[in-house]
Amino acid sequence: MGVFQSSPEAQRRHFMQSVAKSVFACMTALLVLPVIAIVGLLFVRGGSALSFEFLFSAPLQGMTAGGIWPAIVGTVWLVGVSLAVAAPIGVLAAVYLNEYAGDSWLTRIIHLAIVNLAGVPSIVHALFGVGAFVLFFSLGTSILSASLTLAIMTLPVIIASTKEALSAVPMSFREACWNVGATRWQTIRHVVLPNSVAGILTGVILQVSRAAGETAPILFTGAAFFLPHLPQSVNDQCMALSMHLFTLSTQVPNVPPQITYGTALVLLLVVLSVNTTSIIIRSRVRRRRRW
Amino acid sequence: MVSERPKVQFDKLTVRFGDHVALRDITLDVRHNEILGIIGPAGSGKTSLLRTLNRTLELTRGARVTGTVRIDADDIYRLGSVSDLRRRVGMVAPLPVGLPMSIYDNVAFAPRMSGVRDKTTLDGLVETCLTQAALWDEVKDRLADLGTKLSGGQQQRLTIARALSHEPEVLCLDEFSIAIDPVTTMRIEEVLKELKSTITILLVTNLVQQARRLADRSAFLLTSELVEVGPTEQLFGREPKDRRTFEYVHGMFG
Repeated sequence: MGVFQSSPEAQRRHFMQSVAKSVFACMTALLVLPVIAIVGLLFVRGGSALSFEFLFSAPLQGMTAGGIWPAIVGTVWLVGVSLAVAAPIGVLAAVYLNEYAGDSWLTRIIHLAIVNLAGVPSIVHALFGVGAFVLFFSLGTSILSASLTLAIMTLPVIIASTKEALSAVPMSFREACWNVGATRWQTIRHVVLPNSVAGILTGVILQVSRAAGETAPILFTGAAFFLPHLPQSVNDQCMALSMHLFTLSTQVPNVPPQITYGTALVLLLVVLSVNTTSIIIRSRVRRRRRW
Repeated sequence: MVSERPKVQFDKLTVRFGDHVALRDITLDVRHNEILGIIGPAGSGKTSLLRTLNRTLELTRGARVTGTVRIDADDIYRLGSVSDLRRRVGMVAPLPVGLPMSIYDNVAFAPRMSGVRDKTTLDGLVETCLTQAALWDEVKDRLADLGTKLSGGQQQRLTIARALSHEPEVLCLDEFSIAIDPVTTMRIEEVLKELKSTITILLVTNLVQQARRLADRSAFLLTSELVEVGPTEQLFGREPKDRRTFEYVHGMFG
């Protein structure tokens, strides 16, 4: 046998390696397939509905004609208000938990609570929202109630992602700051936050797309089937893209399919563009890494 | 003149990490304007001793400190502000850390955090500290570069410059030269000899020759206990008080 001829054992190893690689590659392909299928289907069926008219006019004739403008505006309201509540609370709580709180039974319980809150099904959040905000705090079915419900749903994930971004800043940086007499706050303000803000933003932005897509939490708390006028304040009800899609596909007879698919396409594009923003931010920051 | 109070006093200092005793009943004085060398094998408690002095030890989980540590008359475990204490004590840890900011900002960080805003003052401080750390010539033309992009040895010297930037009364050096070449180490050692006239220096080192060159007095730690403290020539000479000191010092050479 020549020096460069492979032994049967080496051939077998090489074969197994090829098999393993193909299996992993197939699974990856399977993962991408549904995404392509969904986007493709929506474009084929709903692409024709997309027009300036469709985006910027109200539904007409019992939602069987017209556009989705009030639903787009409603979604912006809901996501905006919920984020205005959840982002500051979540980020600040995460800073406390990661930078100040030690490891005690109390903080462990808090961590457990956050993990469990993240696992609560959205319909349960919805019922809680009805009980707490609509009824107990008498906020009624309104943008405020719905947004607060969404905020509670997104809060634990914002806390978790923020904590992850903060703990990506090496401990040695903090110690170096403390060693020269910087207080904890000065350390957080000048070293920890500037080097984790991109990660924090990414996490928050991903929750924007999640809040935009959820239907259950807003179903009983503030989203309306049909409102001809746009909301004027957080005390009004509003339409929402996700809710509108649900209504079109299950509650209203004789809706032309391109309207339903068009609505779904718009919702998907909103979510995808938000996610893309967060990906762009992340990659920009990776290129500008400071250590 | 009345007998002068030591600059730093460790009195019956005991440090525990959970069940493990890192330092046992250490009583040790450090005099004004001296360099005290601290030697001993790995795990003997040298680093813990330094870290009690700026109270970063208590940041380690499970660490408990009993006994007292004084700087001048102040019991540092009864001081209100840990930050003020840490400004009085410069600390150079063995692993080089450049903060993720410019070289200039690395050195100007501590003064800024204590309220110095004046550009001229900061410029002066940065140059002085970097010069003392034997780094100025290498970085003076690129002060805006990131401190984290410097080489290991340069970051180590940046750490020294940072420790000097808040004008400490006591300087703790923990293996400051492991990443630095011998020639540069010598330059820093010369600076330390000069600094001694204004500040008190605690020097933890595994380089027995370095302790010999620099230290006025030396302390030998072994398995969490202080075996011996005395003039450096005594510890490194033919007749240290304790046989274990002789064995350690000469074992290192052997």
